[in-house]
Amino acid sequence: MSSSIESLVNKEYAYGFVTDIESDTIPRGLTEETVRLISAKKNEPEWLLAWRLKAFRRWQTMTEPHWPNVTYTSIDYQAQTYYSAPKSVKPLQSLDDVDPELLKTYAKLGISLTEQKRLTGVAVDAIFDSVSVGTTMKTELAAVGVIFCSFGEAVQSHPELIQKYLGSIVPYSDNFFAALNSAVFSDGSFVYIPKGVKCPLELSTYFRINAADTGQFERTLIVADEGASVSYLEGCTAPKRATNQLHAAVVEIVALDNSSVKYSTVQNWYAGDKDGVGGIFNFVTKRGKAQTNAKISWTQVETGSAITWKYPSVILQGDNAVGEFYSVAVVNNKQQADTGTKMIHIGRNTRSTIISKGISAGQGQNSYRGQVKILPKAEGARNYTQCDSMLIGNACGAHTFPYIEVANNTATIEHEASTSKIGEDQIFYCKSRGLNAEHAISLIVAGFCKEVFKELPMEFALEAQQLLGISLEGSVG
Amino acid sequence: MTESYRDQFAANAANGGGEGPTWLPALRAQAFERFTALGFPTTRDEDWHFTSVTPIAERTFKAVKSAPTTLTLTDIAPWLVNESWQRLVFVNGRLEPLLSHFSELPAAVQLSTLSDALREEPEWVKQHLGTLAGFDRAAFTALNTAFMQDGVVVRIPEGECVEVPLHILHISDAHAAGAAVHPRLLVVAEAQSQVVLVESYVGLGQASYLVNTVAEVSVGDGARVDHYKIQRDGIEAFHVSTVQVTQGRDSIYHSFSYAAGAALSRTNVYTKLLGTGGEARLNGLYILDGTQHADHQTFVEHLAESCASRELYIGILDGSSHGVFNGKVYVDPIAQKTDGKQTNKALLLSDKARIDTKPQLEIFADDVKCTHGATIGKLDEQALFYLKSRGIGGENARALLTYAFAAQVLETIEIDSLRLLLERAIFARFTNLALE
Repeated sequence: MSSSIESLVNKEYAYGFVTDIESDTIPRGLTEETVRLISAKKNEPEWLLAWRLKAFRRWQTMTEPHWPNVTYTSIDYQAQTYYSAPKSVKPLQSLDDVDPELLKTYAKLGISLTEQKRLTGVAVDAIFDSVSVGTTMKTELAAVGVIFCSFGEAVQSHPELIQKYLGSIVPYSDNFFAALNSAVFSDGSFVYIPKGVKCPLELSTYFRINAADTGQFERTLIVADEGASVSYLEGCTAPKRATNQLHAAVVEIVALDNSSVKYSTVQNWYAGDKDGVGGIFNFVTKRGKAQTNAKISWTQVETGSAITWKYPSVILQGDNAVGEFYSVAVVNNKQQADTGTKMIHIGRNTRSTIISKGISAGQGQNSYRGQVKILPKAEGARNYTQCDSMLIGNACGAHTFPYIEVANNTATIEHEASTSKIGEDQIFYCKSRGLNAEHAISLIVAGFCKEVFKELPMEFALEAQQLLGISLEGSVG
Repeated sequence: MTESYRDQFAANAANGGGEGPTWLPALRAQAFERFTALGFPTTRDEDWHFTSVTPIAERTFKAVKSAPTTLTLTDIAPWLVNESWQRLVFVNGRLEPLLSHFSELPAAVQLSTLSDALREEPEWVKQHLGTLAGFDRAAFTALNTAFMQDGVVVRIPEGECVEVPLHILHISDAHAAGAAVHPRLLVVAEAQSQVVLVESYVGLGQASYLVNTVAEVSVGDGARVDHYKIQRDGIEAFHVSTVQVTQGRDSIYHSFSYAAGAALSRTNVYTKLLGTGGEARLNGLYILDGTQHADHQTFVEHLAESCASRELYIGILDGSSHGVFNGKVYVDPIAQKTDGKQTNKALLLSDKARIDTKPQLEIFADDVKCTHGATIGKLDEQALFYLKSRGIGGENARALLTYAFAAQVLETIEIDSLRLLLERAIFARFTNLALE
């Protein structure tokens, strides 16, 4: 079984190329000056600079957290570059102005910023290093009042919305990486769905790190007004480099009464090579707050990054709010993931579902860390958690750290976890039916993850399944 | 806060605590230094996140004033479980020979006090005492090691089987008020031996005292140890206990921990499966009311192939009590074919009760089967409805279901007299009826 798979699978990371493009990069290092420089480059209003500086000063007093179940050489924050933008991007009027080199890059990544995407009904905001290079389908969205643009653009055109909601879910003082992001965040996406509007298109942001030694610090803010609904997708890739690059993003979701937000991520940052050299440190803070009858659903497929450290969470603030978390996390070679969710039940009859599937192969270490907290007022709260781990090979690890804190006796909590080896009898059965080992494994893995994949929008589900196959390549031996 | 124990330690060393073989005072001193360096754990410690020991830390518990007890056999009869068992009875940390009865054992089996064992076989004791229960990172174990009083040593030689349970009964009464006792237990079950131990902790009256107990249990190849711990300390008392076990090849360690007493209790059961084919069964039941706080921690380390672990912990919480459960299972890279199963369930009877639970798996081997499950909730409305439809309504139905919730773990008690005793006590507690 081993040789056939190995030969098939030792495919390279397909997105590891570098685009040779002239960029406007600020010097390395992080001081108050850097923060001012970034703010000035983006021509930001005074209040935003003040907020960044507050965050920066707070960050200086904080220490990097080391409680996650991951190990890495310490990050030199002064050796990073905090802003890099493709030079040609500046006076962007329409997509036709986008540097053809950039469009080629996105075409290579399978993300078309031009016509074709129209067919699939997805609006895309493409972020290249620190800035957005273009947002598609703007007119269609504007017709129903949906605002979907880069964060920098939103600061200029809708400052009142940004000022109202920025930091309202993840305050700048939340944690070390959130504070860092708040100080130096470059770009990201902003979404506003007006009252009662069901967004007619899937919204999508594609993140690409290109420049060397830069950190990417994007900030996404999604506001669903009362009764609104939206489905948002996020994808990411980076070139292969021998040094680790830091990605510290913040995502905030505001779900007002009766609204619904679905946030899907396919994370495929460069994971480093077989020996764990290079790769992205993916330290992300994602959180949403669901008001009365609102629903926030996180779906994530984590296949990339040398280290993943993220806990998309939901604060179930209003009565009858719903929180969901569906996750597939795959680690292979020397990847490490410490991921999970937090469901904070505050309102009455709030419900949350957590389905987490971890797959460990090679020497990968995969941890699920989750918290379900039922506050005293959360009458009738309900949580169901299932976290399953699959181990492929004998050098990997799977760990679970669930925290269940219940302070209301009308709450019902169920938690199940299991860890097992990929079934040899299942592989044997598939083989007896004429499938080869590789197909057998991808079939079994796909079945293992099915509950999560079915939550993804269709295009993403297919992509995710393929990604999974690629990241597990060479893992069965 | 730990410094306040320094004078006591010095005084203790001067009068009696310094006795025994020369290595012992050195071990005590080392443990005391470690204790002062560590300090009492805080909620910033991951292992103590949900349990604050401030009520213990902010007081200085004194040594008990030595005085023979006036308690008689009749006084302690309700706590004996079974009068025919061999037993050692300690009152306020001190052995009471007149209440004890432990001479009828197979000649080869050794059951003695720690001081006797130290006098007779110091070298053997040195090989075991303090080697299983390390105190590098455990302040309470360090404190116990520094101050341990008359403990119990049990040694079952190879192939010997002790069928009748050995009962170690610790009673604390009004004289224990403001004092700390540090009981110590050392059990060495050599290859192919068997023994059943029952450790009871009982509080008479309302005194506030600290029991800080440490047990070290070595289960040899093919040996089996059944270890029951029944904690019914006084309602104002503090109870901290650590059991550290090592298991050899094909051994079985079966533990049952019952906690109904103490204002604040912490029970640690740690086992290391060192030999192939070993099995650990860790079960527990805690029933809390008022403002009681009970924290149970289990840690199973699978360090060899083909071992199995089974855990079932049940909690019933009333009043504004607070339960904590943290079950950790570690599977070493070499521990292939591990089969681990852990379940913890909590029933919240009142709207003020709360539970924090953290079942944890750390798995580094691939050919394993490990699961854990946790459920938390109130009584099942549908079950209540069913009983009602059968003519059993209201309080009776609730009581019956509550008892049934506890009964699932009581069933794992293999000593009939002990199981009946607990079944009756729990049935009476929830139904106000007597169990036939």
